[in-house]
Amino acid sequence: MNAARPYLAAFSSRFLLMLQYRAAAVAGFATQCWWGAIKVMIYAAFFAATPTAAAASPMTLPQVITYTWLAQALLALTPWSADPEVALSVRTGSVAYDRLRPVDTYSLWYVRGAAWMASRALPRAALMLLGAGLILPLIGLSDWAWRPPPTLAAAAAFAVSLPLALALSAAFLMIVNIIVAATLTDRGVNVLFNSLIIVFSGNLLPLALYPDWARTALLVQPFAGMMDIPLRLYVGQLSGTGALAGLGLQAFWTVALILLGRWAMDRVMRRLEVQGG
Amino acid sequence: MPQILVEDLAKTYRVAERDPGLLGAVKGLVHRRHRTVEALRNVSFSLEAGELLGFIGANGAGKSTTIKILSGILKPDAGVVMVNGRAPFTDRIAHVSRIGVVFGQRTQLWWDLPVAEGFDLLADIYRVEPARYRANRDELVALLRLERVLDQPVRQLSLGQRMRAEIAAALLHEPDILFLDEPTIGLDAPSKLAVREVVRRLNRERGVTVLLTTHDMHDIEALAQRVIVIGHGQVLADSPFETLRANVLAERRLVVDFAHEAPEIIMAGVAVRRRQGQTLELAFDPARTPTPTLIAALAAAHEVVDIHVGEPAIEEVIARFYDLHGAGEA
Amino acid sequence: MNSAALLLRYFSASLRSQLQYPGSAIMLGIGAFLTTIIDMLAAWALFDRFGQVQGWSLGHIAVFYGVVSTSFALTDFFTRGFDVFGNEFVKTGAFDRVLLRPRSPALQLIGYEFRLSRFGRLAQALLVLFVGAAVVGVDWSPDKVLLLAWTITGGVALFTGLLVLQASFAFWTTESLEVFNVLTYGGIQAAQFPLSLYAAWFRNFLIFVVPLGCVAYYPVLAILDQPDPLGAPAWWLPTAPAMGFVFLSLSFLAWRAGISRYTSTGS
Repeated sequence: MNAARPYLAAFSSRFLLMLQYRAAAVAGFATQCWWGAIKVMIYAAFFAATPTAAAASPMTLPQVITYTWLAQALLALTPWSADPEVALSVRTGSVAYDRLRPVDTYSLWYVRGAAWMASRALPRAALMLLGAGLILPLIGLSDWAWRPPPTLAAAAAFAVSLPLALALSAAFLMIVNIIVAATLTDRGVNVLFNSLIIVFSGNLLPLALYPDWARTALLVQPFAGMMDIPLRLYVGQLSGTGALAGLGLQAFWTVALILLGRWAMDRVMRRLEVQGG
Repeated sequence: MPQILVEDLAKTYRVAERDPGLLGAVKGLVHRRHRTVEALRNVSFSLEAGELLGFIGANGAGKSTTIKILSGILKPDAGVVMVNGRAPFTDRIAHVSRIGVVFGQRTQLWWDLPVAEGFDLLADIYRVEPARYRANRDELVALLRLERVLDQPVRQLSLGQRMRAEIAAALLHEPDILFLDEPTIGLDAPSKLAVREVVRRLNRERGVTVLLTTHDMHDIEALAQRVIVIGHGQVLADSPFETLRANVLAERRLVVDFAHEAPEIIMAGVAVRRRQGQTLELAFDPARTPTPTLIAALAAAHEVVDIHVGEPAIEEVIARFYDLHGAGEA
Repeated sequence: MNSAALLLRYFSASLRSQLQYPGSAIMLGIGAFLTTIIDMLAAWALFDRFGQVQGWSLGHIAVFYGVVSTSFALTDFFTRGFDVFGNEFVKTGAFDRVLLRPRSPALQLIGYEFRLSRFGRLAQALLVLFVGAAVVGVDWSPDKVLLLAWTITGGVALFTGLLVLQASFAFWTTESLEVFNVLTYGGIQAAQFPLSLYAAWFRNFLIFVVPLGCVAYYPVLAILDQPDPLGAPAWWLPTAPAMGFVFLSLSFLAWRAGISRYTSTGS
């Protein structure tokens, strides 16, 4: 317990600090409502346009709608950009202080990054649940609403998968942070990874809706575990052995990215120290 | 008619007040409470062409409000403001073409552009006729010794170099009036001297009217023929610098370091302001107690290590003024 | 020097300062090109699965998207001053300096920066526009080219209006309002699909509140020689981009109100 104390403290202090940015949360929520509404209307139009294709679709329209609201709600849970705190400390050189603390730098950055993403996602998700899950049905738009998971099993699988998604996202965030530390700028990296994540996490379009020939490849790539897999579990599109495979993929990529990140961090930090920080 | 005429100038701000916290923010959306702050009340003064006026006052006294109104970027609530026969705010574009403004804290040049290119761009913005611009620029560059920095991007200049470039930039369009807001703030001693020298020459040789705000009493002493003290939105004093000095700056400070613990001093006309370890700070009036007499007396009676003669800081002078004028409340 | 010539001087100065870091500008430009590619990805996947929507094909969507995205890319070149206005001008007081110069504040803000890196977005938008037009067989007669230019001009006016409005709000909030990105970036997303796909309230929003539909949907119907499935009269389709200018004018009213507030409160 004592060994974990600095990391728990780092997590909770960052988490509580970020929760204070209410204006940002409200602005983010408004943005995500807008995008969500556009997407839902467009999906509905496509599903209505070609009934045969809609029937053959791997996801039903209600599933796609719930998926869309959830994806908007949990957007901040994906590693959109390098941790701004890390980017700042690299720019100002205060990264050296992190190295002086008697803690493992990788773990420290990892928990701070996880706290950063979780604290940004939580208020937005709560507002979205209120808006799309509660208010839409109340004003008679239940066809457009965020629905509860279809089965208890789906809910349980989602409950396991969501923390795994955070763990995986934080592991990937660390890779981005390390690139920032190595290149000393966060500009290019953020632009590049932003697009990758929007597409391959399923935020742009549920991965199941891409052409069928790409299905397996899209499922096994690491970004799927950050959002697509938990959301498919939630709407019941992945169940049974498929659900277990999804959770397995998330766990596998988390471990793989953490190992990769630790290896890269060692190399980068050694180089920074040789240069004199 | 004077070049700058200010009569019964008044300006109040309405400041929204908000309760702290989320509840306060929400309440603020529905209903705002306002507090009015009188930044200026009944300010009057006038300035002839070619004068060099020092403007001093504490923070929030109304200095910057006055400067902003005179430069046309703030609308007065009441009173008359005429500069060169124009109302600055209503005739902003024509007005700002004839004035130059330097804010010590902010740049008017382009951070990534070489100084010379910034000058060219300003000449275009101010519509300066090319031949006149070139002649004027060359003169300013020589006067401000900017030859070596002309090709450097502004971000690479030292603070002193930058301030000289700022002053040149404010004068490219040959304004009749120059507003200098804290022009020596943060500068090292040689740069301060250079800036003062330039301002003095501009005023004497080119007849530019200068209105200067500063926290540095040495700026005022070196430059200003006339000083306005402003406090709580009113003019507390408007007098030649020598008069001000005689009235308020009569006091001198003597900081003495002794070899041993500082002794108790009891002398007529000399007050102890601070006594700390081996250091003693004395206040005296040089007209009553000549400085050499005081130093001689101290050195005769005690073992003195070091002596430094100074003047009270500008804040103290202003504070004294506020006391004198009973404007300390509010 | 007149205003147009001064703007060119501002832009050339801005370009020269950006070219002090040429690598950065080129990388950002290429990045913008690559990242905007994904704007069309979801539409492509949906058409691949569903074939068509209300009779529209991917080529049509590409033309809708290309037009509105070109307008935005062009606007983005010169509106950075308005985009960062709250944080860089109001909060810092740098707007004082703008008022101290004998030129209109709007002109000075347009001259603030010419964003070189936006060429990537423009290239992508034009590519999508003309490939889409070729696929659906648009015949580029002179009047169509003229209509396209008019449409894009109206779109630039609308997006400029949005940015001016965003900056105007900053006089009150003293911070840049990033929520406006919903109307710019989100607007492109919304306007790439025909209005008939949307619910009535959202359609009305895109016609009467922020008239993105007027600078994309209606005139593009005219370019595609299609009648409006929602029944707008034929004369309206090529006229609609004028709404962009109406919006811009209204935005400037807000801008003036903002300046007047600034000059009477000084903050």
